[in-house]
Amino acid sequence: MRSGEAFRVALDALRANRLRSALTMLGVVIGVAAVVLLVALGSGAKQEVEQQVEGLGSNIIIVVPGKFEFGSAPSVSRLTLDDVDLLGRVVGDSERVAVSVSSGETVSVGRREAFVTVNGVNETVPNVFNRPLARGEYITSADVDTRRRVVVLGNSVVGRVFGDVDPLGRQLTIAGVRFRVIGVFAPVGQTFGVDRDAEVHIPVTAAQRLFGVDRIDGLAVKAPTSDSVEQLQPRLVAALQERYEGEEFSAVTQTQILGTIGRILSLLTLVLAAIAAISLLVGGVGVSNIMLVSVRERTREIGLRKALGARQRDVLLQFLIEAVLLCVVGGLVGIGLGVGASLLVDAVSPLPAVISWWSPVLAFAVSAAVGIFFGVAPARRAGRLDPVVALRTE
Amino acid sequence: MTDATVPAVEAVDVRRSYQLDGVSVDALRGVSLRIEPGEYVAVIGPSGSGKSTLMHLLGCLDRPTSGSLRVGGRDVSTMSDAELAELRNRTIGFVFQSFQLLGRTSALDNVALPLVYRGLRRAERRDRATAALEAVGLGHRLGHRPGQLSGGEQQRVAIARALVGEPSLLLADEPTGNLDTRSGAEVLSILAGLNAERGVAVVVVTHEAEVAAQARRRIGVRDGLVESDERGMTA
Repeated sequence: MRSGEAFRVALDALRANRLRSALTMLGVVIGVAAVVLLVALGSGAKQEVEQQVEGLGSNIIIVVPGKFEFGSAPSVSRLTLDDVDLLGRVVGDSERVAVSVSSGETVSVGRREAFVTVNGVNETVPNVFNRPLARGEYITSADVDTRRRVVVLGNSVVGRVFGDVDPLGRQLTIAGVRFRVIGVFAPVGQTFGVDRDAEVHIPVTAAQRLFGVDRIDGLAVKAPTSDSVEQLQPRLVAALQERYEGEEFSAVTQTQILGTIGRILSLLTLVLAAIAAISLLVGGVGVSNIMLVSVRERTREIGLRKALGARQRDVLLQFLIEAVLLCVVGGLVGIGLGVGASLLVDAVSPLPAVISWWSPVLAFAVSAAVGIFFGVAPARRAGRLDPVVALRTE
Repeated sequence: MTDATVPAVEAVDVRRSYQLDGVSVDALRGVSLRIEPGEYVAVIGPSGSGKSTLMHLLGCLDRPTSGSLRVGGRDVSTMSDAELAELRNRTIGFVFQSFQLLGRTSALDNVALPLVYRGLRRAERRDRATAALEAVGLGHRLGHRPGQLSGGEQQRVAIARALVGEPSLLLADEPTGNLDTRSGAEVLSILAGLNAERGVAVVVVTHEAEVAAQARRRIGVRDGLVESDERGMTA
């Protein structure tokens, strides 16, 4: 028999039992769609975080007290503003060192209020981080030195407390203390539904008084070139450990943060894909099950075909193609559904979804393999039927 | 396969036993017979006589346990499953009591089915199937499905299917068993006509005396042995 013929016969058989074929396919459709969608969500999460970390700027080294690890409790900081000069000497330029001390506070204008992250910073932040302003000006060294009560607003804070009113030059209350608005950041957007524009910057000196602390939470250093990042890293830590004997400090680079986040999110993607693969497996078992029923139901047809000259191979091929067709068509529909669902999630929900080229290809290959794997047993059974016995079956 | 010197079927001391629950049951206990090309033979016997087993062996659906069976000059007992399938495809046409047509398939495609396994192109299959259906008087029913045909018409479709591969041996197992008298007579006259016009050897397995009476030779089977072998028309 020509293989094109086997294909046509299989297609006819599937068409003859439309509802059953569709329901059998559904298992594979759901499995493949789940793989595509979950991998897209995992990849989307990874890309989003990577973009965010890269969006900070380039060649940044973050210096924090204690060991930098995911899941470890933050250490009590002994860092102070004097450390800016210390690290500035290591880098060769204290303009490349930024500080931060932050706290969640309520800001208000009249009756309108919002809960935001208040960041105490020095004037070098724009040198280190990529954080453009939409309007106005950033904090100056004079603001820091004189502990001036001025504030730069995150983009979403403006609308929440000022409404449509132009905030520049106006007063805003942070934890009961009045600050004058001197600038507004350009929007940076949301990550996983979290508003990254809900923060305000004030001079670090004003922040320390406001929070009642002398410390700073951490420093950020911008290395002059990407090559100097790695050699600067240990020198920054060494300089701090020399000053604070017995204390631990960590300096992490963007590459390291990306690596850590990347590993975690890759693992997450893998786990999601594995869970989805289980449903694909269940779909495959469904195909196998239906094919066995189909072989039993069509025993007489098989007997007849054999009597008319079909070889074992012809019958086996017919049923194998049927199973593979179920899986391949189901797989294609599943890919369509998974891609569609990914695009939909990406469009309407805060979750980002990125369809990588390999996940539909892999899902398709796996569903075809599932068809062959789960189709072989029923097809062999069909091929081996004794025509005499098969013809006698009622 | 129409070489007059080679018998259509030649069986020598053919035995066939089955294992049923560990017990060996002899269905055929040494059958020898020879069917020449173009013969019209009826195989008669009560149920359990072994005539179905004989039919399966003649149709190359099964191999003898011992003895020699040659169909179209080829020894069946040494052939592989695939070789048997090809032998069935090329030299044997089957007509069953219950028609055995594919339900959701047109008469034309049902008839063309054996040619699918011969690897013929679709156009040629259609031409030959159309000709075969015309030969049994169903040229106007090509696109009908079995459910849309009467019992007699269905059996004629089955005969066309048996014919389409131009076999040298046509095996009919109770071909009139599911038909009313008139349709049955029609089917028998078609078989007789094919036998006379095309020289196809026809073997009809039956337990009906009237059906057997149509044949020029009647082989009686009982308890796994050939009991009688008469030639000549009785009707």
